[in-house]
Amino acid sequence: MDALLHQVLAGLATGGIYASLALALVMIYQATHLVNFAQGELAMFATYFAWSLINAGVPYWPAFLLTVIFAFVLGVVIERVIIRPVENAPVLAVVVVFIALLVILNSVTGWIFSYTIKTFPSPFPAEPIFGKYMSAHEAGAIGVTLVVLLLLYAFFRFTPLGLAMRAAAQNPDSARLVGIRVGWMLALGWGLAAAIGGIAGMMVAPIVYLDPNMMGGVLLYAFAAALVGGVDNPGGAVLGGFMVGVLENVLGAFVIGNELKLAVALVLIIGVLVVKPSGFFGKVFVTRV
Amino acid sequence: MSRRQLILNALLLLAACALPLVVSDYRVFQFNLVLVYAIALLGLNLLTGYNGQISLGHGAFYAIGAYCAAILMDKYGVPYWATLPVAGAVCLLAGFLFGLPALRLEGLYLALATFALGVSLPALLKYHHLEKWTGGVQGIVIAKPDPPFGLPINSDQWLYYFTLAVAIVMFVLAWNLLRGRVGRALVAIRDNHIATEAMGVNNAMFKSLAFGVSAMYTGVAGALGAIAIQYVAPDSFNIFLSIVFLVGIVIGGLASISGAIYGALFIQFVPNIADDISKAAPWAIFGIFLLGFVYVMPMGIAGAVRMGLARLQRKAQNK
Repeated sequence: MDALLHQVLAGLATGGIYASLALALVMIYQATHLVNFAQGELAMFATYFAWSLINAGVPYWPAFLLTVIFAFVLGVVIERVIIRPVENAPVLAVVVVFIALLVILNSVTGWIFSYTIKTFPSPFPAEPIFGKYMSAHEAGAIGVTLVVLLLLYAFFRFTPLGLAMRAAAQNPDSARLVGIRVGWMLALGWGLAAAIGGIAGMMVAPIVYLDPNMMGGVLLYAFAAALVGGVDNPGGAVLGGFMVGVLENVLGAFVIGNELKLAVALVLIIGVLVVKPSGFFGKVFVTRV
Repeated sequence: MSRRQLILNALLLLAACALPLVVSDYRVFQFNLVLVYAIALLGLNLLTGYNGQISLGHGAFYAIGAYCAAILMDKYGVPYWATLPVAGAVCLLAGFLFGLPALRLEGLYLALATFALGVSLPALLKYHHLEKWTGGVQGIVIAKPDPPFGLPINSDQWLYYFTLAVAIVMFVLAWNLLRGRVGRALVAIRDNHIATEAMGVNNAMFKSLAFGVSAMYTGVAGALGAIAIQYVAPDSFNIFLSIVFLVGIVIGGLASISGAIYGALFIQFVPNIADDISKAAPWAIFGIFLLGFVYVMPMGIAGAVRMGLARLQRKAQNK
């Protein structure tokens, strides 16, 4: 029982990180109906930025803030420069562009920072809290996720800009008619998603260590989380993230062993897509021929 | 095929046959891999280029083919040439089975599912209950086949000719498949699946079949690749292999048979040149080329060649 509780709590902690990245995926999906394959590499790149700031002597939290801003700007620039031209292109072209982004970010990071694995500091104290069940970093990661979620909710619910972004995502034509600059709203959405991804990267880096390929597995779990929660439902994606985290940890520890953990994500992704494509909390869309 | 095309192909074939006699053994090995990649790219192009189903996980089928060959040769002493049909059959089945759920997925979602397959396969290959066959993280080392009948060539050259023969058969088969009813159905499904269904084409059947045949091509390529490299290990089949294949078909030319060859030459030789700059350079160059081709040359090298030839022809006629 003790062991199970431990695994569930650890699962919640990693789940929080998956939830953040899933949230970033859902934000871009909602605005553009695209799944960003480069989301993980964007997060990784932002985390390297944070690492070099911290190494240069900047204290953790200012570095954190600067990284979030950097990721935001990076996201906006990428949307404006790279994604814009293929906005209305066929799906294949868009997927190819995302993959291109993925390999470019990956290799540029490898080029600048080398492929050796680096450690990344955690802002939280090293000693465990809640007795022996949870490290402070795990608890902190969950807390950060929840704060981000709350801020996002408040932003979309209570600010005019948030309303404009929702309008642009839901009905671009009407939004444009009432004077919302839809293109810029999409760019802002990309910026926000990149910023959230950056936070997820900084939270996961102390656990998986920093290397250019660190986000591969995390991205897969985030895909699974987004799909489980319904790819058009931000709340669902967060819930899905926690669910996937717990499931992965418990199954990995007691049923199938650590080696097959990634297969859990594969099975979840294909299973959800085939059996319930709208996820557990998503809207069902009916297409008329 | 027109007469000019026939002559051109014959000349090309002649050049391919003469190649190992004039270049070094290492180059022969590299061109052998070009042929292997060409078969794999042709397979992916059948699915993604012609049928419009995006796969970001074809490295998985390549890996299955490679492991089939390696396990059969290493554990059961099967001769290398006999492993190809088995690898092809296993991948045909695997692709067909994966294609069934994929029927319900369109565009982006299929890309996602195949991406997941590509990312998680190396972990499956390392699974310790399969270690008896797969050799776990260490992988399997296999012996290089000697040339038969006492031919006066070395084993690199022999393998090159062997791969060339297989590649020719595979290309002719694909060409035959694509120029007829099946090819038309595949392209029609890509362009408008509803209209195609209304015309009486069994979409589900053709789509899962396309997946199976595509996986078979890639699997045979995987087996040939394993024989050429004499080694298989889980980490050489990671997601980046699948991405390399995508790079190959986009740069070679989507929905084009000759595009597979251009793409294979690109993915074999460009990293070689770029490696001198930095370990990361090949991938940066791949990425930049991908972006450039999507924006400027969406038909790839094959499309550019076609356009150039057409322009030359027009000029000749106008004179």
